[in-house]
Amino acid sequence: MNGLSSVFNLLAYLAAAVFVLGFLSKVVLYFKTPSPLKIPVTPAPTTSIGVVLRLIPEILFFRSLLKGGTTEKILWLGGWVFHVSFLLIVLRHLRFFTYPVPDFVMSIQQIGIWAGLVFPIALLILIVRRFTNERLAIITLFADYFVLVLITAIGATGLMLKYITRTNLVDVKAFILGLVTFSPTQMPDSTMFLIHFSLILVLLVYFPFSKLMHAWGVLISPTRVQVDNPREIRHVNPWA
Amino acid sequence: MADFEVPELTGEIIIPKVSPGASRHIQQFKAKPELMEELKFSAEKGSDWKEKFLLAMEDILKKYKSVRVFLDICVRCGSCADKCHYFIATGDPRNMPVYRQELMRSVYRKYFTPAGKLIGGLASAKELDDDLLDEWFTYFYQCSECRRCSVFCPYGIDTAEITMAAREIMARIGVASKYNYEIVNKAMTLGNNLGMIPVALESTWEFVEEEIEEKLEEVGITGVGVKLPVDVEGADVLLVTPSADFFAEPHIYSLEGYAKVFHQAGISWTLSTHASEGGNFGMFIGNYDHMRTINKRIWDAARDLKVKKVVAGECGHAWRAMYSFSNTLNGPFDFLKEKSPQHICELTLDLIKKGALKLDKSANDEFTVTFHDSCNVARATTIGGTPGDQFTIPREIINACCNKYVEMDPETCGEKTFCCGGGGGVLTDEVIEIRVKGAMPRMQMYSKIKESHGANFFALICAICKAQFTKVFPYYGYEMAEVGGVHQLISNALVMGAKEEV
Repeated sequence: MNGLSSVFNLLAYLAAAVFVLGFLSKVVLYFKTPSPLKIPVTPAPTTSIGVVLRLIPEILFFRSLLKGGTTEKILWLGGWVFHVSFLLIVLRHLRFFTYPVPDFVMSIQQIGIWAGLVFPIALLILIVRRFTNERLAIITLFADYFVLVLITAIGATGLMLKYITRTNLVDVKAFILGLVTFSPTQMPDSTMFLIHFSLILVLLVYFPFSKLMHAWGVLISPTRVQVDNPREIRHVNPWA
Repeated sequence: MADFEVPELTGEIIIPKVSPGASRHIQQFKAKPELMEELKFSAEKGSDWKEKFLLAMEDILKKYKSVRVFLDICVRCGSCADKCHYFIATGDPRNMPVYRQELMRSVYRKYFTPAGKLIGGLASAKELDDDLLDEWFTYFYQCSECRRCSVFCPYGIDTAEITMAAREIMARIGVASKYNYEIVNKAMTLGNNLGMIPVALESTWEFVEEEIEEKLEEVGITGVGVKLPVDVEGADVLLVTPSADFFAEPHIYSLEGYAKVFHQAGISWTLSTHASEGGNFGMFIGNYDHMRTINKRIWDAARDLKVKKVVAGECGHAWRAMYSFSNTLNGPFDFLKEKSPQHICELTLDLIKKGALKLDKSANDEFTVTFHDSCNVARATTIGGTPGDQFTIPREIINACCNKYVEMDPETCGEKTFCCGGGGGVLTDEVIEIRVKGAMPRMQMYSKIKESHGANFFALICAICKAQFTKVFPYYGYEMAEVGGVHQLISNALVMGAKEEV
């Protein structure tokens, strides 16, 4: 294993550790922070099952966005396609992480390729709306562009690897499997892969300290996950 | 009549162009040091205000999951940006919920996140200074905590939570709104927002009894003897209404309505001189202890008077404080025999359905009624037991006592309703400009239904909505008499006297 490979194996473990520990520490922090009062936004479900039924369309279809006007419809389109294709791309990449590759992962290879192609289009929508809409231009921060550009770059380098600067997939698979089985090995000899891989590490490290934590937040937001039954069951405030 | 431009009524709600600073000049008066001291806050902003401010913020971040999570997870998607009535009316970007929150989020980044501490401006972190504090004071008092933004947010981020936290943080360094904190003080010391002492309350209620009697006499009905019982031990029901119901118009007509409903249904009930306020401004200022102390009077009175249940009068935030928060603040209510609190609309509709009330719809024939969903009832509570009952129950009552009911644009009703523009502690005259403007989206919809269907009665179940709309209707060229309560309509239609045999 050459020096560069050693460094990248190490960085990969560091990034994974930061991601996992950072994410978990946020999860614990949110879990530990109490909700003193009942604050569901109503009409809200009166049972826990109702809450699950409320969350499913929020998570799968971004239901609340659909309540808005044209701006939100465009956002919905860009956002939904972005998230779904991101998911498909990640699932498709599981072929690098598994041996033998599960049938399920095999079965989504083609759709994963299509997802990779619409991915940049969705991102383009998400980027362009931020400077063409007057209201969005004001609220958008550097961090918002940063993460959009970062993910676009990840997608673009991925496409390059597939269609232009093709890499030896056997090497890639050996490298990734080496990482996940804790037996580090040589990195593929490809600058494009190196860039693609580095950007992913940046994303992993950035994730827990950024707005990307909305991925967890959507599951625990008190206004959406609380049951509306304050008269039936006394909600206790732990600090009062 | 106004030194600002009153929006023109076109029947349409148009999202304006952004106009930075458009409502920056509208600011509430500040509370005096003596008042802040009395309420156990810092008397005034001292030289160490930044440390105190950050300590307060840290405390709130530890105590409120909502604040902590909301500050972290907003992706600035902009879904909320054009949903606030104050933004629609002013175009001031600080009235876009996400950008209002940015006032707190930028400070949060600076002092509570690694990125903000390390790279500051690049992480959009902002240092605390006097200008930023002044912006906080302006714009966190231009939020009516109506939760409309939350409905459209993919994560349910509720600006009301941020606003309440911001007001509490500012109060702890002695920077607060005179109007809100004076009311809190009155409620804490005298038991109601108006600062009425028991003797004054009793004479007011006597006056209402006389009014009811006189009005009935005018239509030839005598000797009904509708009473407003006071501090009656052993009554079944304790009625707690916003104190505005005791003197303000049109509020007082709904009070007459409640009294007549109880009388006709034969329910023993009482008002309390101790619990003479349903409203709870402790909620608006985000102060848990004051909210609890104000709320406690209700349950103390219920216990002392040995009632079976507590019923709430027409008021939005009062209902939120009673329905959503009471049980946590001062529960459990095992000393009561029936589910409490109950909303007066639940009780009245139940009686109507049972046939206990005889209603003459024609008594309201001069009115074409429309109903405005109040924000706190719509988005922070329910009436009845099933989600959405808070929308159907008041409408069912109106339809039971009126022949002509029309609905405003459904896109602005139910959970999507607009705030009146005066809720959440904004109902004070020095900010009349933001109040008049903030009412604009709802006024547009009312003017539209007026044009198309001749609506001439704007029915409400909230004391703040009533006070706000009676004040702003004239600015838009409408009569304040068009504003009224749902129980005012009941009062008009309720046939008094001996019940017919069934």
